[in-house]
Amino acid sequence: MPSLGADMQFGTVVDWRVKPGDRVKRGDVVALVETEKGVIEVEIFENGVIESLVVQPGQKVPVGAMLATLSGDGTKTEAPAAKLAAISPAPAAPPKEEAVPLKIPIVPAAEPSVRLRVSPLARKRAQELGVDLSTIAGTGADGSITIADVERLAERVKPPAPAVSPAVSAAKGLDLSAMRRVIAAAMARSKREIPHYYLSTTIDMRKSLDWLAAENAKRPVTKRLLSSVLLIRAVALALRSTPDLNGFWIDDGFRASEGIHVGVAISLRQGGLINPAIHDVDKKSLDELMENMLDLVNRARTGHLRSSEISDGTITVTNLGEQGVEGVFGVIYPPQVALVGFGKITDRPVAIEGMLGIRPILDATLSGDHRVSDGHRGGRFLLAINRLLQEPEKL
Amino acid sequence: MSNSSEAQIKEVVLRVLNGIAPEVEIDAIDPRRDLRDQMDIDSVDFLNFVIGLHKDLGIEIPDADIPKLASLNSCIGYLLSRVKQS
Repeated sequence: MPSLGADMQFGTVVDWRVKPGDRVKRGDVVALVETEKGVIEVEIFENGVIESLVVQPGQKVPVGAMLATLSGDGTKTEAPAAKLAAISPAPAAPPKEEAVPLKIPIVPAAEPSVRLRVSPLARKRAQELGVDLSTIAGTGADGSITIADVERLAERVKPPAPAVSPAVSAAKGLDLSAMRRVIAAAMARSKREIPHYYLSTTIDMRKSLDWLAAENAKRPVTKRLLSSVLLIRAVALALRSTPDLNGFWIDDGFRASEGIHVGVAISLRQGGLINPAIHDVDKKSLDELMENMLDLVNRARTGHLRSSEISDGTITVTNLGEQGVEGVFGVIYPPQVALVGFGKITDRPVAIEGMLGIRPILDATLSGDHRVSDGHRGGRFLLAINRLLQEPEKL
Repeated sequence: MSNSSEAQIKEVVLRVLNGIAPEVEIDAIDPRRDLRDQMDIDSVDFLNFVIGLHKDLGIEIPDADIPKLASLNSCIGYLLSRVKQS
């Protein structure tokens, strides 16, 4: 069971898209898994032949549990559980042996012979909240259970608040109160653990908007570009010179990501928020990005996201300009280490070469993790975005 | 749809809108108010709306004309004139 988000602990297999004997290749969708964020299409990260399906539809299993066994075909790549465990505090999958079916626990059974490592404060907090310590996978030193672990689980087991119309939730197959709890847990963890710093700058968007208008005037409606694609592309290119903003904070250390996979914050029509990633943004053209973004938004809103899109984001971009917001000071989505916010482009008076002029101005902000970067690096990053947007034809 | 009536175009517009925002009560849309504002649809949704109109009505909608689609009334009026031209 892959980790589809920093605070996912369990997932339910809804359906298998493969059967024993099927040949699969990296990237194939093999199962549908239900999480608090909806039903996600789980991809496989190895080539091979499906040997057995270990978990049956309807079964709920913890992150890291083996879902199926696969016999390799000599082109083995990194296994999904191992890959995803590397960016998640969730427990890792047991070692996998090719072509050998392994039995795994369907529920996380506590080992009675193993003494739990719990700090006194965490134990006290668990008693206060009525949390069973044996059901927690500790994320502290040597797997010890921390207060944060206890509070995270307590958040999960709270009864859902009836904040959303049941009719709307049922119609979309989403438990929105559960999604809100997941968001709350991730954001609370972020604010608790990540020492945020915030920077902002203003960007003159006239050149970008003029270029975009001229470009769109030549294009059929099906090929038009939105300004948000230029922003996402500029962020990705700016990250090439500031790699310390692109990656994950794991096990008390920063791991830079080789790929630049930009998570795009998407508000769901029925409520809630999700930030699936567009992969390798720095290597794609604006046309490819536009196509990817339309596809991603449409699938996010119809509940057809893939597991890699949920788990692979290396930075998040949130654009609240359409809501009339001028400046966005966002909360970093752990284990990421940075978030870029864009506000509304508004005509404002600015001084240009000693004269007063009116220009379309965009507020760009950076929320950075001070454990990894600082204001100097963050400032260079925002400056790079600004420079890139002054030459939109090169994006 | 070169012989489309206003009623037919309205039906297409409402059908495309319903596909984009199925949770919105189409009958409750104020025809004079901004569609994006009252339906809470963003630029991606609106682009999908324009693409849907283009496909269903078979007309090209220049980027410069997008502001003419702002409200239900202005949208229908604009599309009617475009369909008659085509």
